[in-house]
Amino acid sequence: MNATTAEQASAPVTEDALRSVLLAGERPSRPGPVLTSLTFGWRALLKIKHVPEQLVDVTMFPIMFTLMFTYLFGGALAGSTQEYLQFLLPGILVQANVMITMNTGITLNTDIQKGVFDRFRSLPVWRPSPLVGALLGDVMRYSIGSAIVITLGLVLGFRPEGGAVGVVLSVALLLVFSFCLSWLWTMLSLILRTPNSVAGVSMMVMFPLTFVSNIFVDPKTMPRWMQAVVEVNPISHLATVVRGLMDGSVPAGEIGWVLVSSVLLVAVFGPITMVLYRNKK
Amino acid sequence: MGKLAIETSGLKKSFGTTHAVAGVDLAVSAGGVYGVLGPNGAGKTTTIRMLATLLRPDAGEAQVLGYDVVRDARAVQSRVGLTGQFASVDEDLTGVENLLLLARLLGYSRRRGRERAADLLDAFGLAEAADRQVKKYSGGMRRRIDIAASLVVTPELIFLDEPTTGLDPRSRNQVWEIVRGMVAEGATVLLTTQYLDEADQLADRIAVIDHGKVIAEGSSGELKASVGAGSLHVRLRAPEQRAEAERVLAGVLEVPAEPSADPAALSARISDPERVARALAELSRSGIDVTEFALGQPSLDEVFLTLTGHAAEEDAA
Ligand SMILES: Nc1ncnc2c1ncn2[C@@H]1O[C@H](COP(=O)(O)OP(=O)(O)OP(=O)(O)O)[C@@H](O)[C@H]1O
Ligand SMILES: [Mg+2]
Repeated sequence: MNATTAEQASAPVTEDALRSVLLAGERPSRPGPVLTSLTFGWRALLKIKHVPEQLVDVTMFPIMFTLMFTYLFGGALAGSTQEYLQFLLPGILVQANVMITMNTGITLNTDIQKGVFDRFRSLPVWRPSPLVGALLGDVMRYSIGSAIVITLGLVLGFRPEGGAVGVVLSVALLLVFSFCLSWLWTMLSLILRTPNSVAGVSMMVMFPLTFVSNIFVDPKTMPRWMQAVVEVNPISHLATVVRGLMDGSVPAGEIGWVLVSSVLLVAVFGPITMVLYRNKK
Repeated sequence: MGKLAIETSGLKKSFGTTHAVAGVDLAVSAGGVYGVLGPNGAGKTTTIRMLATLLRPDAGEAQVLGYDVVRDARAVQSRVGLTGQFASVDEDLTGVENLLLLARLLGYSRRRGRERAADLLDAFGLAEAADRQVKKYSGGMRRRIDIAASLVVTPELIFLDEPTTGLDPRSRNQVWEIVRGMVAEGATVLLTTQYLDEADQLADRIAVIDHGKVIAEGSSGELKASVGAGSLHVRLRAPEQRAEAERVLAGVLEVPAEPSADPAALSARISDPERVARALAELSRSGIDVTEFALGQPSLDEVFLTLTGHAAEEDAA
């Protein structure tokens, strides 16, 4: 209704104005990949501003998981909920972030079906920038999710020995890892047809990846073969690092492991994603 | 003829077993409007997507503004504007955000980008809707923001894929004004349409495509001339008399008369204009009152029917 009144009110398409915009033959020089990626990141933030509902997963997952695991299993697994929280919280932080990355694929799959992606692909910009920008926008989501987990943890009695520095460092590392892991979902979103199938497959990958790790329990009680699986799971290393940093130690070797797996994730899934993206339809 | 803005030869694209574009040859000279006319599924969008570097052709060559669409994709991208068939801006963002986003991606500074966005919104009569999300725009406003988004950096060539489908006559006229304005400033516009009168009104030259092939090419006058001299349109006072009028006209003009959608109207092709007066006289002698009559050039509808053997609108392929 609003739209029609505005349309009637505005004198549409005046010849002179049209002429002057067309004549303004400005041709700014082409911006570099960093600027275009950041600009697409800005688009992602604008979308959060206009559609804040999309933050539901970022807020609900972390709160649900922290409360559920602490009070459901805490007593049984560690003797007291307080002790378990101290062990669990860094792990939950990892899990929350990794879970939030799934949304990347689902959102992108919806987005790419729309005509606006055709426009982006026909612009003379660094080709991966729309995707990189979307992932940069997601960094905002990871930050919100992390802030919620940590705040809730502090309220419930979690005390990081590593202090603010340890917390900030571990969140920074988590953001890097999540950004890199997102390329897996980006790739999936270009292979699968619907957002639903992306969600389904993501879940199938996600559950084993986060549960078969040292996030919830110390792997010592597991059978040997399971321990071996947990040991190679990059999520375990990530959880160990976050635990260490929050506890005030600097597990250098493990940090290296996490950084290497981050680089590998991008090196493998990045190029595959770009080939799929280029040949889309 | 001046230099060519678009030149394709044997352009092909299939999706599985669907031959969406089955060998298209086009030669579009720079400046003016070139219309690509065809029914649903003819291959218009697929052709445009190849020309705009979004799809790689399976076979054939395409040069846009002298650059190969596959080898020099970048050069093509920085010189053309594309307004896709479906929403080609981000519907979650506002009008001004969309234009500013594109301006930044194309290298404008934040300040100049804002100015450019404001100028474009003004020129397209969208200033008041600048801060509203595009999903809340009316169809006509949406199409205008789509087009404005292709003009952030003034392109030499602009592709408009069915720019007026689904618009009311007023909004359609506005889009036509924009197209004419762009051409007046020297741009080349390639537009696709399913509407014959749109191609007729706007395009200097028209390619008619069907099933992925160009089946006719020429100015609208040439296309019409290839069909015949024109037709006589008659409107009767009493619709009941239409059957009788059909018989009378057919008798005098020696071609079958066809009933129109209007229950009181009918039309017939004429091979010899001199018979028209006799046909009208014959109607009046038979007691059939004629309230209106018109002599028309053949419509592109008739052209389409003649060329393809089926009417433009009823093809649902
Ligand atoms: N991505 C795709 N995958 C599979 N088939 C496709 C794809 N795009 C187009 N087609 C098919 O190719 C044919 C031509 O489609 P195209 O969209 O080019 O037609 P069009 O002339 O633009 O039609 P319309 O007027 O409906 O927009 C159709 O049969 C369509 O179903
Ligand atoms: Mg189409």
